[in-house]
Amino acid sequence: MKFKILICIIFFIVSAQKSQSQNYQVYNFNQLEPLLNLKNDTTYVINFWATWCKPCIEEMPAFNQLHLNYISQKVAVILVSLDFGNNYQSRIYKFAQKHSLKPQIIILDDPKSNIWIDKVSPEWSGAIPATLIYNRNKRMFFEQSFNYKELEEKLKNFIE
Amino acid sequence: MFHQNIKIMKTTIILILFMMLSLSSLFAQGYKVGDKAADFNLTNIDGKKISLYNYKSAEKGAIVIFTCNHCPYAKAYEDRIIELDKEFKAKGFPVIAINSNDPELAPEDSYDKMIIRANEKGFTFPYLFDSKQEVYKIYGAKRTPHVYLLEKNGGNFIVKYIGAIDDNYNDVTAVDQKYVSNAVNSLLSGKNPDPNFTKAIGCTIKDKNYLKE
Repeated sequence: MKFKILICIIFFIVSAQKSQSQNYQVYNFNQLEPLLNLKNDTTYVINFWATWCKPCIEEMPAFNQLHLNYISQKVAVILVSLDFGNNYQSRIYKFAQKHSLKPQIIILDDPKSNIWIDKVSPEWSGAIPATLIYNRNKRMFFEQSFNYKELEEKLKNFIE
Repeated sequence: MFHQNIKIMKTTIILILFMMLSLSSLFAQGYKVGDKAADFNLTNIDGKKISLYNYKSAEKGAIVIFTCNHCPYAKAYEDRIIELDKEFKAKGFPVIAINSNDPELAPEDSYDKMIIRANEKGFTFPYLFDSKQEVYKIYGAKRTPHVYLLEKNGGNFIVKYIGAIDDNYNDVTAVDQKYVSNAVNSLLSGKNPDPNFTKAIGCTIKDKNYLKE
């Protein structure tokens, strides 16, 4: 009996940990699309990335910093991961923990990318990293890597 | 006075025209469907050079694919690229794969590692190293994998389709549209591919100059 309880406890701890590491929302494009077209007073900085994408990872601190520096303003940084394959939830979780990523992370799992790339921006070839900055008045798309200074300069076009 | 004004106007017009020209060349990056594809002469994994215009199996055309070792999208398509070559080489449209990544930025994509990967996977097609990173710029490839389907017309190779291999990188059993396969079959039956342009998520081609932008 005691043994069974112990097993239960272990199972509970393991499953609790598992759920902690697998709490990112997985969207298809139809579910993500409203987030790319909100008409409120916030400016959205939406970065498309993946844990295996080297230039994406290199620019992640810039997005993290932007989020922290503008936390009191109406700016929302959202990291849309395009990871796929085995254990992508825990891969993203580990990466986010290691780099103390604070922005919201969403997973976009929708292989029919030919249909949705143009809906993000007709300028997008499909290569990542890619970043969309928009608010209700303005929209700009960047298929490039950013450092913090460049990223903040782009954001300032929207909030000043 | 009047003459001087005309002179100034002329200079201004010439200046504006020049600016427009340089702007348009800035935006005219790479090929569109219908363009004539330039030849390339790159080193294959066996150490020999391969030129598109002298490649014998390219009787009717070629499936030129910018790809690489490290990118998960490229990896996901390796088996499908082998299948394309097996199916269409005999019909005059062989695959020619090109790696344009700078190995300093993507160490897995070095020439030596290309040889290893091609052997592991049993590539049936040339896997060329664009060591000067020139060919991908001429073609306008943005990501890996990125396909340029070319058809031989007279002595020229004409771009007939640009884009993805199919519409599902993640799951080959869930593919609805085999874009490249359908496009080659269209050409074989004397028709133009439809669609002739598609997009897909992929890895950027790793180039120091591009990353600096």
